[in-house]
Amino acid sequence: MYIELKNINKSFGDFKASDNVSFGIEKGKLIGLLGPSGSGKTTILRMLAGLEKQDSGDIIIDGKNVNKLPSNERGIGFVFQSYALFPFMTVYDNIAYGLKVQKKDKKFIKQRVAELLELVGLPDVGKRYPDQLSGGQRQRIALARALAPQPELLLLDEPFAAIDAKVRKELRTWLRDTIDKIGITSIFVTHDQDEAIEVADEIVITNKGRVEQISNPVEIYLEPKTPFVAQFIGQSAIIEDYSKLKGFEVTENNASAIIRPEFIEINKFEDSEYHPFESSMEDAVVEDVSFRGNSFEVRALIDNISITGRYPLNASRLKKGDKVKVLIKKLYTIDENTTNILVNKALDDSELYYI
Amino acid sequence: MENNKTKSSAIQKILKCGIISWVAIIALWGIGSLKYDEYFLPSPKETIDSMKELIKDGTLWSDIVASVGRVIKGWLLSIIFAVPMGLIVGNFRPVRWLVEPILSFFRFVPAIALTTLFLMWFGVGEESKVALIFYASFFPMFVNTIAGVASTDKQLVEAASCMGAKKARVFFTVVVPSAVSNIYTGIRLGLSSAIICVVAAEMLVGSDGLGYLINSSKLYYKTSWAFAGIVTLAVIGFAADRILQFIGKKKLKHFDVK
Repeated sequence: MYIELKNINKSFGDFKASDNVSFGIEKGKLIGLLGPSGSGKTTILRMLAGLEKQDSGDIIIDGKNVNKLPSNERGIGFVFQSYALFPFMTVYDNIAYGLKVQKKDKKFIKQRVAELLELVGLPDVGKRYPDQLSGGQRQRIALARALAPQPELLLLDEPFAAIDAKVRKELRTWLRDTIDKIGITSIFVTHDQDEAIEVADEIVITNKGRVEQISNPVEIYLEPKTPFVAQFIGQSAIIEDYSKLKGFEVTENNASAIIRPEFIEINKFEDSEYHPFESSMEDAVVEDVSFRGNSFEVRALIDNISITGRYPLNASRLKKGDKVKVLIKKLYTIDENTTNILVNKALDDSELYYI
Repeated sequence: MENNKTKSSAIQKILKCGIISWVAIIALWGIGSLKYDEYFLPSPKETIDSMKELIKDGTLWSDIVASVGRVIKGWLLSIIFAVPMGLIVGNFRPVRWLVEPILSFFRFVPAIALTTLFLMWFGVGEESKVALIFYASFFPMFVNTIAGVASTDKQLVEAASCMGAKKARVFFTVVVPSAVSNIYTGIRLGLSSAIICVVAAEMLVGSDGLGYLINSSKLYYKTSWAFAGIVTLAVIGFAADRILQFIGKKKLKHFDVK
């Protein structure tokens, strides 16, 4: 492992920001630290950078314990949410800052700054001041500045949180490409799961100062290891008593379950007659239909269990009060500490039919 | 339509430059002076006449030179001491803790209150006046510089540190530039304190300067001289502040100076 955190603890007064955090990161990976606000993700980043000191535990970078190294000796690039560009310096001087610290000669600095401006796609802004740039441009410059001294590790603290939605999407893809190009090990913090899923090679999910799961985005999505992850990822809803649903039997201790729209198939009452799993469907009544651009989102009530699913655009429309047949394909059952995937029995038995 | 627009923007311009207010004040003054005699309230014209008179015999010019010279001496001396001291005190928290109680005590001792002491310590010559002006303009600069250092964006310091900068470099490249805006405000406030103080000092002791001119006018029953001195002071103060403001806007734009 290139970077290792071992049993890190950190408190701010009564607040436990890191509760025995341990994980490792391979060289060259792009890692997303994902969690709700207050889950301790930024604290982890700041401890890695040496901007915060852990109460106990070890941080190892490239085989070297950096516990005692101050931030100015760790050689880490840090990109702040609010950019933190020096407002009184030109873009050129901002990017050159770290190189001047390293006492590089003028010619080298000039060349390196030009190279970085080229890399971030803003070759002509060197003479401008940060307040003459848009938010997206500022963050690109902040990245160029962090990369200038050729750090071994790049840390980004919610880099796109202050940027409007459309530019944010562009920047995500751009960041991914840029980091791939340089091949630098990077960790970014976000509370936006779309961002983490889209950008990261691996996602570290934090909650209440603990690490809940570390996996690639697909695994996080399909195989949540803890109840928190199952609830946090996707558009998840809790079903308190799933034993009432057809095709599901209560397993030990797992009283409640989590359901996502993609686990549900909604059929019009009259269309379901020849459906192979007609007998495993629940009767439900449509409560609400809302248009989501590429599909309808339908909220329906099975007895008193409320579920939300998608309904395609090309089919005939549903409206409030319509009777529908609902097939629930799977659930994530949860207890205090674990999550299991529970597939509808009907589908489980006849996997041949179900593709 | 277009004509209307240019008309309204022209009116706005006139309103904005303040000419109307000036015309109004001078008119009020003129009308008021009609009711009283010259010894009580000289008219604008009489004021200008005595200014001309004072310029002719050279007293106004020599008084301006004397006062402005003292202001500049005391004020520059104050900048030289207050700004570096403020930067150091602001940057080192233990020093700040030591200095703050003393500071908040002396801040409320006006320079005028120290005149007698300063006369005793520095004599009746230039030194005591310059010392008073120094004292008067020191605190606004000192306090504002400390505040400027304290208000440095912590993230800028962290950013510099992550790029490998040691404390001394962070101080000169991040903390000092961050404080420029406050230092500039302090320097401007210091100048106005200096001008207030020079007049008071010259009124109390000495034989030249605009304060002396205003004060001595009562000896000769020349109220219009007092007016001439006051107008001159206002013009000098106004011009000095405008020059500072201009420099601030031109040169310090990126230091968040407004």
